[in-house]
Amino acid sequence: MSFVEYGDTIKDGDTAIVFLGHESMFPVKVQHGTVTQTKYGVIRHSTDLIGKKYGSKVTCSKGGWVFILHPTPELWTMNLPHRTQILYSTDISIITMMLELKPGSIVCESGTGSGSLSHALIRTVAPTGHLYTVEFHQQRAEKAREEFREHGVEHLVTVTNQDVCKNGFGVSNIADAVFLDIPSPWEAIGHAKSALKAEGGRICSFSPCIEQVQRTCLAMEEYGFTEINTLEILLRVYNVRTISLQIPDLGKAAEDNSSIGFDSNNPSHQASPCADLQQGTVQFKSGVPLREVVGHTGYLTFATKS
Amino acid sequence: GARIREGDCAVLKRDEVFKAVSVLRRRKIIFEKQWFYLDNAIGHIYGTTFEVTSGGNLQPKQEVEETTTETKEAGTDNRNIVDDGKSQKLTHDDIKALKDKGIKGQEIVQQLIENSTTFRDKTEFAQDKYIKKKKKKYEAVITIVKPSTRILSTMYYAREPGKINHLRYDTLAQMLTLGNIHAGNKMIVMETCAGLVLGAVMERMGGYGSIIQMYPGGGPVRAATSCFGFPKAFFDNLHEFPLSKVQSLLSGTFTTETLPADPEENALVEEESNGLSEEKQQETEEEPAAEAPMEINPTEEQDTVDINAEDVEFKENKEKENKENVREKQIKQWERRKKLKEAAALLREKNADGLIVASKFHPTPLLLSLLEFVAPSRPFVVYCQYKEPLLECYTKLRERGGVINLKLSESWLRNYQVLPDRSHPKLTMSGGGGYLLSGITVLLERGKPDCSNSEALSMEEPAAKRCKLQELPC
Repeated sequence: MSFVEYGDTIKDGDTAIVFLGHESMFPVKVQHGTVTQTKYGVIRHSTDLIGKKYGSKVTCSKGGWVFILHPTPELWTMNLPHRTQILYSTDISIITMMLELKPGSIVCESGTGSGSLSHALIRTVAPTGHLYTVEFHQQRAEKAREEFREHGVEHLVTVTNQDVCKNGFGVSNIADAVFLDIPSPWEAIGHAKSALKAEGGRICSFSPCIEQVQRTCLAMEEYGFTEINTLEILLRVYNVRTISLQIPDLGKAAEDNSSIGFDSNNPSHQASPCADLQQGTVQFKSGVPLREVVGHTGYLTFATKS
Repeated sequence: GARIREGDCAVLKRDEVFKAVSVLRRRKIIFEKQWFYLDNAIGHIYGTTFEVTSGGNLQPKQEVEETTTETKEAGTDNRNIVDDGKSQKLTHDDIKALKDKGIKGQEIVQQLIENSTTFRDKTEFAQDKYIKKKKKKYEAVITIVKPSTRILSTMYYAREPGKINHLRYDTLAQMLTLGNIHAGNKMIVMETCAGLVLGAVMERMGGYGSIIQMYPGGGPVRAATSCFGFPKAFFDNLHEFPLSKVQSLLSGTFTTETLPADPEENALVEEESNGLSEEKQQETEEEPAAEAPMEINPTEEQDTVDINAEDVEFKENKEKENKENVREKQIKQWERRKKLKEAAALLREKNADGLIVASKFHPTPLLLSLLEFVAPSRPFVVYCQYKEPLLECYTKLRERGGVINLKLSESWLRNYQVLPDRSHPKLTMSGGGGYLLSGITVLLERGKPDCSNSEALSMEEPAAKRCKLQELPC
């Protein structure tokens, strides 16, 4: 296993995802002799995990079971230990496409944060590209390095512990794309420009507040970036439900038994049209929006150096 | 940077409008009501902006020094600005005359400003807007850019959304991420989006790994794929397999004897196909679990024998030209069969790293069949322009089992105008870019009554909650 290459079976040292149910999963480091506690009981790594196929159902000690999944950047994003606010897959997907990332791309990123975006970037640029990521918080930088090592992607990433606004990305004229998720991105636009290849490249800055976006756009213009474009992407998730709506009693049953205005989808009701009119229901499938959804993550500003 | 070469696939850009073209000499291009030749663009770096000059020539645009010499005059509000239709002193004929003289767009804009009586009374912002509008109309500049998924998916959504089932670019972006598309994957792609989705997957895989494109009808459509200008090597591991053969492949009765394409070619093989398919069937019955590569060799020989047999027949006819034609066709057909067998063999391994579906067809039957070819613990993503078919697909997948983390989603995209003191969301936004159903495959335990399924269901949708919703339909 690695985050950039699928493997079939679970091996010692792998990072696997234990899937208990919708929105309920966690990562586990597979190690001989180790046990993991779940609400369904204990999982013994040596016997329950190692050698099994990814995607297998694993029965825990209390008889409950879980699925063991191969790690992907998307699963990691949903399960990683937060050291900062993170970017989620919806933003990550548009960032990746709009920065035109692909195998072989050289990308600069700051800050590394919890490494949510980093894993996705590495996945996309592998096996021939590279990520230069800059994090000014020493502990976070070290933690990120450790994770990249554990996930088998350390050869694809360089973590630098410095302030990107003061010291830049530590590289110049090599990047195809730059991504900024820092409080004052406008202070790093100059460094971003020099990190990008002389022939040009793409840049993206993520900011929650419109004031940050304004200053960033001004800085981008000042440094000669073109195609400056700000957008926002939101995800709407739907629950699939079968809904029954009751048919109102308009007193029609007493008037006329034979004419039925509705075609009920419910077969039990169809058998007795009388009851249908009195207390019938119509069933249908619906995609119901969640009661509360993410309304804003951040504005994404893209631009081109040409 | 990369330079524009003859024969390249390039994209023309004017403001937010794109058009994909092949770079050819002496070929007239019409774009945004202008016509020109690309000859002069050859040799320039991608990203260069050109001006269209008389005779349809392109000339690299010089950096313009902003004329901010004179102190700007501007009003504070529009209380005294009256729309009498006479503020512009230049008439239509005057403007046309200027254009016919071949005067640069920049100068025409300057003249328009000078001849506008209200310009000085407009607010600074309004002046800005006026200039921008006029520039857009009279300054004929185009930029030539390298194609990418970003550009081509934006272009298709704006120009020909019907051809890509209204798949908006941010939805496509979600698909690539949710599907964990990356180098080294073995992907199954089923699309009727002119080959745009295929191209996007190919870009993300960078020539590493393999792709099996499932196609309806006579062959895969790759009009958009060709706009990407991929190197030839990217096509080495691109396979295609007809949808109409999926059922037979799953049931083990698959043969390559009736190719779905070219009706002519089909007519040619018709006579001999019966005998062969019978033999093939016997073969599969004897060795149901036969490895794909083993199957290829004997049938390849069979094909060669057939060609020879035909040769004899045609020698008798002594129609030399005809014979060569037929032979060419036979070779082509033999190659197609070989490719088909390769694709079948790849599918038979049932270990694909993901499935991407974006078509005009109902997604449910596609998913129920094509998921058979995907390994456990791999993502799949289905696009549909409409939500309802995905609701059904969701239910059927739950019944089938072997999938977890099912998610029905839609993304919204909002563009912003960001200018000092004038920042706001853009006036219009796209009404819809389609829906996605995504999930992850798991090992399907066959034979056993699928209790896991109902458990999974109760896990994801607690029974109590469901009752509540039924009681209180909103």
